[in-house]
Amino acid sequence: MQKTWNNKAWFMVLPVLVLVAFSAVIPLMTVVNYSVQDTFGNNEFFWAGTEWFTEVLESARFWDALQRNLFFSGVILAIEIPLGIFIALNMPKKGLGVPFCLVFMALPLLIPWNVVGTIWQLLSRADIGLVGYSLARLGIPFNYASDPLHAWITVVVMDVWHWTSLVVLLAYAGLVSIPDSYYQATKIDGASRWAVFRYIQLPKLKRVLLIAVLLRFMDSFMIYTEPFVVTGGGPGSATTFLSIDLVKIAVGQFDLGPAAAMSIIYFLIVLLLSWVFYTVMTSSDAAN
Amino acid sequence: MARINLDHIRHAYGVRLSAPDDYALKEVHHEWDDGGAYALLGPSGCGKTTLLNIISGLVQPSEGRILFDGEDVTNLPTQERNIAQVFQFPVIYDTMTVYDNLAFPLRNRKVPEPEVDRRVREIIEMIGLSDWAKKKAQGLTADQKQKISLGRGLVRSDVSAILFDEPLTVIDPHMKWVLRSQLKRLHKQFGFTMVYVTHDQTEALTFADKVVVMYDGEIVQIGTPAELFEKPKHTFVGYFIGSPGMNVIPARIDGRTVEMGGQTIDLGFAPKIASGARTELGIRPEFIRLGRVGMPVTISKVEDIGRQKIVRAQFADKPIAIVVHEDGEIPSEPRVTFDQASINIYADSWRVGGEA
Repeated sequence: MQKTWNNKAWFMVLPVLVLVAFSAVIPLMTVVNYSVQDTFGNNEFFWAGTEWFTEVLESARFWDALQRNLFFSGVILAIEIPLGIFIALNMPKKGLGVPFCLVFMALPLLIPWNVVGTIWQLLSRADIGLVGYSLARLGIPFNYASDPLHAWITVVVMDVWHWTSLVVLLAYAGLVSIPDSYYQATKIDGASRWAVFRYIQLPKLKRVLLIAVLLRFMDSFMIYTEPFVVTGGGPGSATTFLSIDLVKIAVGQFDLGPAAAMSIIYFLIVLLLSWVFYTVMTSSDAAN
Repeated sequence: MARINLDHIRHAYGVRLSAPDDYALKEVHHEWDDGGAYALLGPSGCGKTTLLNIISGLVQPSEGRILFDGEDVTNLPTQERNIAQVFQFPVIYDTMTVYDNLAFPLRNRKVPEPEVDRRVREIIEMIGLSDWAKKKAQGLTADQKQKISLGRGLVRSDVSAILFDEPLTVIDPHMKWVLRSQLKRLHKQFGFTMVYVTHDQTEALTFADKVVVMYDGEIVQIGTPAELFEKPKHTFVGYFIGSPGMNVIPARIDGRTVEMGGQTIDLGFAPKIASGARTELGIRPEFIRLGRVGMPVTISKVEDIGRQKIVRAQFADKPIAIVVHEDGEIPSEPRVTFDQASINIYADSWRVGGEA
């Protein structure tokens, strides 16, 4: 098809450009502005250059938090993606079970982040929480407030509980779109259950899984509310992720400059890693 | 290769069954000879695919039994029935190469690798994809993908039967012809029992020794192409096979004569008809002679289709079609005569023969 070049088209996209400018570009530029200046209050700003960037990149605190973030996202993807696919594979494809399962699966997604945090905080408490109390009765003293491992388990389980549904729903949508004749053909060809998954279902799910991996990576990499509510970043700094640290610096200590510099670095890391994921997962398509 | 018996098969997709019309497949009781090439012909939604899927085990019939060489396989799953089936739309394994796609059914059945290689090479040559053997199947055209599907159906040498469910729908017309001839050749060479579902009469008539015509969940006639053409058992067969289809004219039968809108014809035999039955006369457009003698007709339209002309006319207040040779003359006061031997008489849509 012949493409027409017409500058009037810009007027058509102008409203959305203005909207994006106000919602994203201008706030981002404000952050950039803060990141190169210093202030001691009174709305007075002094030029600081790249000082804050150097400070952030040289602080052990930043690298520790980044490491925790990467590890957390790795664990989350390693659990939620296979688990989500597994659940989707076992969900009914027709009948009364379908709407029931879908609604049931969507429930965790409908709960606000901080409520999820509160739910799991209560559940995990050893004195009144169902999970914490049961574990204690079984002889396992579970205390997320003092044991870093327990804190991690709590945060991971909470995220899995909250977000696996998203992977399930995406994978399920991908699975039901596979025509019946593929399954019939695999029966005719005598394929094993594993072969059906490996050669039919997985290749057909590739695109939705790419979306699922990207969404889950970005979201888990930016996790804030749930660990903030449950552990507050502790014990010590065991669950202090980048976002929690960022809020501490920006709001707690009111160091706007370093916080802004850190935000920009954080943003670039998310952008870079998402790009890497996307490129790696789509490269096999391009090879053909 | 096997003889396949369908023993009083009925099938319904719904659960509640009260009337016979609730069945997608009304009673089918039929034997498919070992090594036969059959075409299942019928309009969309007549139960062809259902019947095919019942043979391959993808669908469990509501009632009846299926026997392969006398052995009951009704409750065997598809994998254990040793059947190959090719579907209407291409099914390929995207991530595998063309070669691996064809080898898949063999490897799943633990065929030794040298034998796999021999079979795959043979088939890949036949479907003309040798140059693509090492390529991923993903990037191929719909045509090529369907050839792979076809190849996977043909690659196993020990199957009881090969079933084709309108396999050439997505193939372009020239290639259709080539592939159909190859299937025919394969059938002669290896003697597979083949069942070929189609709604295209040319495809059915060129492929099969025996054509099974289905209509509304029932087999209405099984016969050679010639039988279907000359003696359609049901008005539907007459109408569905042939282009244009058979003329079916309401008629009153009286002994050896038939009367249509004031015109009387001697049949040469006396059809046995139950009283109260709705009677019709069927005659193919090819067996009506247009000339200056016989019964009067009014011509409404003449379609010139090259080697012959199709004359649309009104006869006894009913529209009929007449095939005339391209040089045939169309008189100004046209009259028609029916070739007596080619007249079929139908009572309640089913053909009735003479007493003798």
